[in-house]
Amino acid sequence: MNLDLNEEQKLIQQTAREFAEAELAPVAAQLDQGGDQQPFFDNLLKLAELGFMGLNVRETYGGAETGVVAFSVALTEIARAYASTAVTLSVNNMVCEVIQAVGNEEQRQKYIPRICSGEYLAGAFALTETGAGSDPAGMTTSAVRDGDDWLINGSKLFITSAPYAGVFVVWAITDKTAPKGKGISCFLVEANTPGLSIGKKEEKMGQHASATNELIFNDCRIPQNALMGKLNAGFRIAVGELAGGRIGIGSLALGVGLAAIDAATAYSLDRKQFGKRLADFQSTQWKIADTYTELEAARLLLMNAAYQKEQGRPFARAASMAKLFASETANRACYEALQIYGGYGYTQDFPVERYARDARITSIYEGTSEIQRLIIAREILAGFS
Amino acid sequence: MIFELNEEQKLIRQTVREFAENEIKPSAAERDESESFDRALMYDKIGELGLAGIVFPEEYGGAGADYISYAIAVEELSRVCASTGVTLSAHLSLGANPIFLFGTEEQKKKFLTPLAEGTKLGAFALTETAAGSDAGGTKTTATRDADSWILNGTKIFCTNGGEAEINIVFARTDKNAQKHHGISAFIVEKDTPGFSFGKKESKMGIRSSPTRELVFDNCRIPADNLLGEEGSGFKVAMKTLDGGRIGIAAQALGIAQGAYDAALEYARERKQFEQPIASFQAIQFKLADMATEIEAARLLIYQAAYRASAGLPYGQHSAMAKMYASDVAMKVTTEAVQIHGGYGYTRDFPVERMMRDAKITQIYEGTNEIQRVVIGAAITR
Ligand SMILES: Cc1cc2nc3c(=O)[nH]c(=O)nc-3n(C[C@H](O)[C@H](O)[C@H](O)COP(=O)(O)OP(=O)(O)OC[C@H]3O[C@@H](n4cnc5c(N)ncnc54)[C@H](O)[C@@H]3O)c2cc1C
Ligand SMILES: Cc1cc2nc3c(=O)[nH]c(=O)nc-3n(C[C@H](O)[C@H](O)[C@H](O)COP(=O)(O)OP(=O)(O)OC[C@H]3O[C@@H](n4cnc5c(N)ncnc54)[C@H](O)[C@@H]3O)c2cc1C
Repeated sequence: MNLDLNEEQKLIQQTAREFAEAELAPVAAQLDQGGDQQPFFDNLLKLAELGFMGLNVRETYGGAETGVVAFSVALTEIARAYASTAVTLSVNNMVCEVIQAVGNEEQRQKYIPRICSGEYLAGAFALTETGAGSDPAGMTTSAVRDGDDWLINGSKLFITSAPYAGVFVVWAITDKTAPKGKGISCFLVEANTPGLSIGKKEEKMGQHASATNELIFNDCRIPQNALMGKLNAGFRIAVGELAGGRIGIGSLALGVGLAAIDAATAYSLDRKQFGKRLADFQSTQWKIADTYTELEAARLLLMNAAYQKEQGRPFARAASMAKLFASETANRACYEALQIYGGYGYTQDFPVERYARDARITSIYEGTSEIQRLIIAREILAGFS
Repeated sequence: MIFELNEEQKLIRQTVREFAENEIKPSAAERDESESFDRALMYDKIGELGLAGIVFPEEYGGAGADYISYAIAVEELSRVCASTGVTLSAHLSLGANPIFLFGTEEQKKKFLTPLAEGTKLGAFALTETAAGSDAGGTKTTATRDADSWILNGTKIFCTNGGEAEINIVFARTDKNAQKHHGISAFIVEKDTPGFSFGKKESKMGIRSSPTRELVFDNCRIPADNLLGEEGSGFKVAMKTLDGGRIGIAAQALGIAQGAYDAALEYARERKQFEQPIASFQAIQFKLADMATEIEAARLLIYQAAYRASAGLPYGQHSAMAKMYASDVAMKVTTEAVQIHGGYGYTRDFPVERMMRDAKITQIYEGTNEIQRVVIGAAITR
């Protein structure tokens, strides 16, 4: 066993850290509070130029081909500074990877380089619907053949990056008579396709710069070759690719949790009450000790999941464990950190309240904690029977 | 032991709930978003209902009810809007109660009566930049000058700050005395020259409750406005906070109850995998824990409130109630968001706001660590 990052991974971590500190951290509060959003887009472009949009994508398609561990550590560093940028990166990488994994050569060459280069600021992953969240197979959006084309009708909810995505990976029912989950196909839909419109933007607790919108398909006509993967075999793609995405979200959660507790620890050395530094109270020390211990465990779970994936082994269970543990831990870390700051932590003069708001979604999207437990338990139980 | 509310308490719950549902709830989300305090709604109407001085004797304009009734009122308001809940709690427990406890007859007539009647709003200014948990570190000074006191210094994080006509302000009157002994309490009226308002905080939650800096620059107040004995200010503050914690505990309870009610309703309606999510054991167990913890918090609060009204010592009980109820509020609101899934993260559902509101209850009126310091010291003595 070797628990060290290799030179390339270290370099990527370092590059991400420096970029995050120099470019992302200074604008995070302003972006969160609804100020000028341009720096958010400028930074996405710069990150694309640095190769961060396709970290686990082959160089032939414009990717950086650095592997999953590098992807995870990079995302953690980005999230330390701003979670909204990190989630955009995570979804972009996921979209590139899904196209690389199941798209045909034409689709790969057409879309992946555009996301990797920043020509498309984002790609989007459109699975969730009003009535189909944890149970995405319950979707009702449909795609029907019309001559050589497909006509999509329906709507998707909570789609990250929708207003500035160049391409959408969209799931729709293509066989209504098939058993649940067996009649779903996956499509690539370009932005500005007639019949596709961007609906309501959600007002959220956190991750404010990352847009979350409804997508509406109204007789949206897409060509035959927009189908990705096999007809009616789309649901498995969603399930498979979400496992990879979970490494991203877990890594993001870890970054936010670390940012919060690092800030609070520094604060505890500075702030004095009762003639002592906060760090001198056992109560504070215990909070620090527990939080760093849990975050370290989260990091190792993430590294393990990333490593398994990188080795081409089954990694769904490891990814679910890592995402479950990292997101729950990050939430706790943020709330302990806020508590260490006392009343100041509750104000927007310090970043911890934002970290806490940003962390909250990590135990909900890309599969809630309950769904992760379901996946983990199902696999363990299957191994016993 | 009677584990049932009396008729008066039941009536208060019903009245305040109706008022809260019909009048306070509809604007709660908007006021949170715009960080706006609506005094006519969040205070004047509460005064009209007789809540502004609910625990004080009728001779001072109060309603003569007990502390359980007060806790119920704060709970019901906080169930729909935690900002409105804390407006009442800070006003009554922190602004008015020290005058009731330590004021002279004249001070009670002059200051407590309009507060209790709901025509004036109260606030409490103890915290300073360097003196939060360690309130004995107060640096604001009050110097005697003939028939007046002259106040200099800055208080931060004052709830109702800038809005309140009557402010209880703590200042050091003896620089040579030991830390806790040289502090005195004063009543400062809003338009006194030399008294101004500084920065208003932008906060994670309770955004419709103003939290503001108070600045005293050679602010001259009459000698008669000294509250309690000179040098007894720390005691005044601590006794006041004992009662205040019942209010904050009730606020936390209300937030938790509101979030629980919303989560239960949602869980019964929301279907995934062709069934209401309430039918999954994971959700049922969450709801069971939430309901149990809310009930335990409520009983701790009612016990502290009962003791306060019965004239029994209750400081440790209110500390326990505040600490536990606020931890429960945080946990319950977090779970309520979880039960709402992605929807819970959006402003379309009130649990998002409730979770942001809950966090402050673990911090103000003594952080939960300070409650543990107090309880731990008392039980290991
Ligand atoms: C900010 C944000 C960004 C998002 N980005 C995207 C995106 O880019 N693309 C996309 O497709 N989706 C996206 N989503 C959607 C997200 O993945 C879903 O919100 C999530 O999967 C949960 O679905 P739901 O909200 O419908 O909750 P529900 O599925 O309704 O769940 C409600 C509650 O029930 C629980 N529950 C459900 N089923 C079970 C069960 N069988 N056993 C026990 N408990 C259960 C859940 O854990 C949860 O606590 C995003 C959401 C948000 C808020
Ligand atoms: C929205 C809001 C409203 C408020 N309203 C009022 C008001 O109306 N009037 C008023 O006077 N004040 C008010 N406050 C101030 C509030 O009471 C203080 O913020 C609180 O007492 C904590 O003080 P602090 O913020 O200075 O934190 P600190 O005292 O600096 O505490 C920082 C951290 O250290 C911990 N800590 C401190 N001492 C110890 C110890 N001995 N052992 C272990 N841990 C310790 C604390 O628990 C906390 O986690 C308000 C604050 C806010 C945010």
